Amino acid sequence: MNKTTALITAGTLGLTFSATLMAADDYITLASTTSTENSGLFDAIIPAFSEETGIDVHVVAVGTGQAFEIGRRGDADSLLVHDTAGEEKFVADGYATERLNVMYNDFVIVGPSDDPAGISDSETVTDAMQRIAESESPFASRGDDSGTNRAELRLWEDAGVTPQGEWYRELGSGMGPTLNTAAGMDAYTFTDRATWVAFDNPQDLTLLFEGDEALFNQYGSLLLSAERHPHLKHDLAAQWHEWLVSEQGQQAIADFEVDGQQLFFPNAE
Amino acid sequence: MNAHHTPPVATLELDSVSFIHRGHTLLSPTSMRLAGCQRTLIMGPNGAGKSLLMRLAHGLLTPSSGSVSWQGVQPAQAMVFQRPVLLRRSALDNLTYVLAINKVARPELKALPRKTQAMSALEKFGLAHLAKRPARVLSGGEQQRLALARAWLLNPQVLFLDEPTSALDPAAIKAVEDAVLEFHHSGTRIVMTTHDLHQAHRLANDVVFLHNGELLEHTPARDFFTAPTSPEAGAFIRGELVW
Amino acid sequence: MLTSDNAFSTALTLILSMDSALISIVMLSLQVSLMAVLIASLIALPLGAALALWRFPGRNVVIVALNALMGLPPVVAGLCVYLLLSRAGPLGEWGLLFTPTAMVIAQVILVLPIIAALTRQQVEALHGEYAEQLNSLGLTRLRMIPTLLWDARFGLLTVILAGFGRASAEVGAVMIVGGNIDGVTRVMTTSIVLETSKGNLPMALGLGIILLALVTMINAIAHIIGETAKRRLG
Repeated sequence: MNKTTALITAGTLGLTFSATLMAADDYITLASTTSTENSGLFDAIIPAFSEETGIDVHVVAVGTGQAFEIGRRGDADSLLVHDTAGEEKFVADGYATERLNVMYNDFVIVGPSDDPAGISDSETVTDAMQRIAESESPFASRGDDSGTNRAELRLWEDAGVTPQGEWYRELGSGMGPTLNTAAGMDAYTFTDRATWVAFDNPQDLTLLFEGDEALFNQYGSLLLSAERHPHLKHDLAAQWHEWLVSEQGQQAIADFEVDGQQLFFPNAE
Repeated sequence: MNAHHTPPVATLELDSVSFIHRGHTLLSPTSMRLAGCQRTLIMGPNGAGKSLLMRLAHGLLTPSSGSVSWQGVQPAQAMVFQRPVLLRRSALDNLTYVLAINKVARPELKALPRKTQAMSALEKFGLAHLAKRPARVLSGGEQQRLALARAWLLNPQVLFLDEPTSALDPAAIKAVEDAVLEFHHSGTRIVMTTHDLHQAHRLANDVVFLHNGELLEHTPARDFFTAPTSPEAGAFIRGELVW
Repeated sequence: MLTSDNAFSTALTLILSMDSALISIVMLSLQVSLMAVLIASLIALPLGAALALWRFPGRNVVIVALNALMGLPPVVAGLCVYLLLSRAGPLGEWGLLFTPTAMVIAQVILVLPIIAALTRQQVEALHGEYAEQLNSLGLTRLRMIPTLLWDARFGLLTVILAGFGRASAEVGAVMIVGGNIDGVTRVMTTSIVLETSKGNLPMALGLGIILLALVTMINAIAHIIGETAKRRLG
C-alpha cells in the first residue's frame, strides 16, 4: 500500500472514529411536535435555557402520536405536545406526574386563493367546514393521528360532517409535507398558524379562515414519572419543565417572531 | 540423480482407480505404479482421460473406486496446469506468496530471506528482469515458466504437469521443456501429460498410454515407440486419428 | 429565508459561506456512513468469501436470503433497530437510541447484505478459476479467504462503494433511530427531509446537490486509487 493510500485510509478512519467520541454533555431528550420544530421556536428559546442552566436540549420532532409512544417507552426525558386530552390521559395512565399549560396559538384553514368553497365569508369554523364538504372541494388532511389531525376531526364532528369521498384526501403525513401536497393539488387544509407562517412553499395557498374560538391550540409540557422510568434524567427534565413556565421561559416564547409575527402565546398559570 | 533428496523418491501406487461422473465412466478401473525418479509421459488422444488420471494421482480428485497411495514417505508434490494460475500481483510476489504459506523450502535456499529465495528462482528460470512486472501481463511462456519457478521453490519430489505447453509457441515450448529437464536433473520425478508425439519423443523415458478411459500400455519409452503392443497406440504413433 | 429560487446558487452559497451548521451536518453524514461501511465490510467480506467456499445444507437458502436483504427497506431496518434500542426494548440498557451509534448500527444492517452477497459472487467466480492451483499448493479453504479477497480487490472496491452509496443515500433508518436532532443526529438526508417539510424547496434541493457532489467526489477518489493500483499491478 503506497503512502497516499495509507494517508487517505488513516484520515478516513480518524474521521469515522471521532463521531463516537462525542463528549457527553448535560442534556435532555425532548420529544416534541413537528409544528414547534419547523416554526423555529426551539432554535430561539433553547439557547436561553442552556445558557441559564448549562443543560442542552435534544429535540426529537415527530407526530404527537409518536411523541406519546416515545414517552411511554421511556426514550425521552420530557414531552412538549399539543393534545390536551391526550396529555391528561397520559398523566392518568401514570406515565407522567404533571402536565402544565405552556403556550397557545391557533389553527387556521388555508386554501387556493380563488376559494371555491367560499369559506372566507364564513362566520364560524363549523360553517367553513360545512361549505367545504358541500362543495366537495379538495381537502388535504394529515390523517396521521397527530394533535392537529385530532383537532381537525373533532371539528368535522362538531360540524356534523363525516369527511369521506374523493375530495377528502388523507395523507398520513406531517404538517409540512401536507402543506406541500395541498399546495400541489390546490386543496384546502387545516394547519396550525406557526407552521403556516414559517412555511416557504405556499404556491397559491392563502389563509382563508381564522379566529373562531374552537380553533384554539394549547401546548402542554409533561413531567415524566420517575417511577415508570427511573433511568430518565428527571432532575434535568424538571428544570426544563419549570423553566418553560417561568418568567424567563415565557418571555422567550413571547419574544419569538417570524416575519414580525408572534407565533406562540405564553399562557402558563 | 537424487542429489537433493536423501530418501529415494516414493513410489506412487494406483490400485483399480476409477472415476465415474454422472453415470459416465470417464476412467475404467486402472492400476499403475510409478517408481523411481523417471520422466513419465502420459499420452493419448484428447478425451482419453489423461488429465483425469493426473488429478487423481496428485490428489485433486477422489476416485470413485480404488485407492491412490504412496509407498514410503509421502512426498512433496507440485502441479503445473495447462493455463497457469497466477495471482494479481507481481511475479516476485507470486513466489514469495508460496514461501509464506508453505513450510517447505529448498534446502540450499532455506536460510535465506524469502525475497532472495524468490529472486534466485526467477534467475534460474530466466525471469529475473520481470520480477516487478504484474504476473498477469507476462506472455504465455513467461507465465508458465513463472509457474515452474513457483513449483521449484516448493522443493517437490514429484512434479505433475498437465499439457503445460499446448498453448505456447516453439521458443516458449523449448524453454519449458528445458525447465522440466532441469527439475529432473535435480532429482524431481516428472509426471506429465501431452498429446504431442514429438514432445514425448524428446522428454519421455517412460510412457503411459490411455485410450477411452483405459490404460492400454505402460512401457519404457524406447519400447513404446518402436513396438507398441496395442493397435490404438500403434495408430496414435503413426499419426492417425484415434477414438 | 432565501430569496433565490435557484437550487444551484443555494448550494453554491452554502458551500462558499462555509456555513458551520452545514459543515457539521456533512461531517456527521460522512462519519456515520463511512463507519457503517467499515464495520459492515469487516464482517461481510470474510462472510461472503466463506459462503463462496463452503458447501453446507441450506447454503442456497442463505444465498437467497442475503440477496433479498439487499432490498431491505431502510425504514424497516430503522424500525427494527428502534424497537431493539428503545428503553422498552431488549437493548434499552445501552441507552443508544437517538445517537449516531444507533444510526451506524442501522446502516450496518442495511449495508452488510449488499457487501456479503456481492463478495460471495465475486469470490465464487475467482475460486472457480483458482481452486485447483490453490489446492495443489496445499491451501486450506480458510487460508484461501484472504488470498481470494485480496486478488478480487478491484471488484470488491466497487462492491464497497455500492455499500457506501446505499448508506449515504438512505433516510428512513437514520430518521427513526437518530431522531434528526439538531446538532446531534442531523445528517444530509434528514436535513433534506426537514427543509422539504418546511417548504424550503431550494434549500432542500441545494443540500441534495451538495450530497450528490460529495458522494461523487468520494467515488472519483476511489476510482483513481483503483485505476492507479491496477496500472501498477495488473
